[in-house]
Amino acid sequence: MKFFPLIWATLWRKKTRTIFTLLSVVIAFLLFGMLEIVDNAFSHPSTGVTGADKLITTNKYSLTLPLPLADVQQIRSVPGVAEVTWISWFGGYYQESKNFVFALPVDTDSYFNLHKGEFVVSDRQMQAYRNTRTGALVNSALMKKFGWKIGDKVPLHSTIWTKKDDGSLDWTFDIVGTIDVKDPTQASAQAYTFVFHYELFDEGRSFGKGQVAWFEERVGDPSQSGAISGRIDALFANSPNETKTQPANDFTLAFIKQYGDIGFVLRAILGAVFFALLFLTGNTMMQSVRERIPELAVLKTLGFGDGKVLMLVLAESLLLCMIAAVIGLALSYAALPIIKMGLQGVELSPTALIPGVGVAVLLALIVGAAPALRAMRLNIVDALADKR
Amino acid sequence: MSEAIVSLRNVEKRYIRGKQSVDVLQGLSLDIPKGEFVALMGPSGSGKTTLLNLIGGLDTPTAGEITVAGQRLDHLSSGALARWRANHVGFVFQFYNLMPMLTAQRNVELPLLLTRLSASQRKSNAMAALTLVGIADRAKHKPSELSGGQAQRVAIARALVADPTLLVCDEPTGDLDRKSADDVLHLLQMLNRDHGKSVVMVTHDPKAAEFASRVLHMDKGALLEAGTALVQESV
Repeated sequence: MKFFPLIWATLWRKKTRTIFTLLSVVIAFLLFGMLEIVDNAFSHPSTGVTGADKLITTNKYSLTLPLPLADVQQIRSVPGVAEVTWISWFGGYYQESKNFVFALPVDTDSYFNLHKGEFVVSDRQMQAYRNTRTGALVNSALMKKFGWKIGDKVPLHSTIWTKKDDGSLDWTFDIVGTIDVKDPTQASAQAYTFVFHYELFDEGRSFGKGQVAWFEERVGDPSQSGAISGRIDALFANSPNETKTQPANDFTLAFIKQYGDIGFVLRAILGAVFFALLFLTGNTMMQSVRERIPELAVLKTLGFGDGKVLMLVLAESLLLCMIAAVIGLALSYAALPIIKMGLQGVELSPTALIPGVGVAVLLALIVGAAPALRAMRLNIVDALADKR
Repeated sequence: MSEAIVSLRNVEKRYIRGKQSVDVLQGLSLDIPKGEFVALMGPSGSGKTTLLNLIGGLDTPTAGEITVAGQRLDHLSSGALARWRANHVGFVFQFYNLMPMLTAQRNVELPLLLTRLSASQRKSNAMAALTLVGIADRAKHKPSELSGGQAQRVAIARALVADPTLLVCDEPTGDLDRKSADDVLHLLQMLNRDHGKSVVMVTHDPKAAEFASRVLHMDKGALLEAGTALVQESV
């Protein structure tokens, strides 16, 4: 600690240069923080399906290929399967494509049986939902976002499903109640949920009748999930609709990966940013040490050993990078609400910023190494020769 | 005869510059008694600064023995030499070599960072040193806010603050006007006379040399007769 005033004063020896270097590192860490949060959100998504007792069965070859609804009977007969429901992907938005809505046509009885105790829906509203063919239950956050209220008739535009009656992609629903999750950790993942009757959907669509996107199963004993998955898939082996059954978490990851390897893309961007930063900060540190050769020589003259001089330069580099990293990561944390606006339904965690501190230390050591070694190896007599 | 604080025996220093070998000091022997104020004079390239570097432990000889403050320096590693310098020598340079971003007080505190003193003790010792050299009122000023004479006083305070036995001064008045130079030389003389500091000073200025108790002349890497005679006398 006693060396801190010296290191601090040295860091600010050229204020303008330090400020500009600091700013560039801050921006790099702001970018790092934001991308890391996004990467983390996609790598460790909240499933929107609670519990380890859930399995998802999709077409073996692609999530976009449908499965026949009739398969539900066979799945139901598999020992260990306690409940099965089926879901289709509606691909909906409200008014504009940026207003994504996680709209799911579901079979009322089996869906709410399978998710018993997970949702908060009042009895009165559930009854209204059962009684209303065009009824929909909507998450409170989504209602608030679009200013919807119970009793509203809202149109959703499907990116896939045309209606058989008029050939349009616009479907109209009556909001009859709200559907929220009890588990607060799932709240974000369910924030865009909009469920409506599968019967309405299946009868109303112009193609794909009797088909579903996936089945969701609840198993009696989660420790048997692997075996049960195998049994389900064995049922459809060598059939025209072979299946792939996996834990709900894995399914969510696979769903996200439809967009490509987001982690790779983000890491590639970050790699390029930090590679450029290495040169920029490294050059600044090198220049800073070059300018201070007589001062470093004086320190050595006063009795500062090679190791101490090395540590002083490394500490300066560390201080610079840590200040910038803390500011940059704090800014990216502050930007969380903005990122959330752009990544609807994805769980964003500030804990993703923790690796940033490690990156800052690594960056500091890499950019500080060359100038620190140069300072350490400085020959006092040669360094003082120009300025006695 | 008082004990020698500096003792050189057959010291040689050779620099290799590319393919060229330059002999800067050749078989030099010298004794400086404790408490003496010695001025080293001689033309440029005569080896004064090299000799000063060897005495101050900034450089090591190619051959010969150097003993300063009871320690053989020619056998020490660079780390051990650094520790020895911190404890035994204070350096004063022609261009002061203060840290431009630190105040006078912080500059003077620098050698104390290598000690176990607390922050308040460091500050108190630095202020005492600044008071001794008569510049305590400029403690909070940075080098750019000081005159040359004042900056050199701060540099002398920095050299003194760890209470070294020997002050090594390389052209301490070379960058100062006559008045400031005389003030600095009076200060060095006072430190030598009243505080018992041994002083070895390189200078080109005959007036500065007059402040020393002994003047040694060098040329071509060797002490001239008068100096040699004194060495022989003291051995």
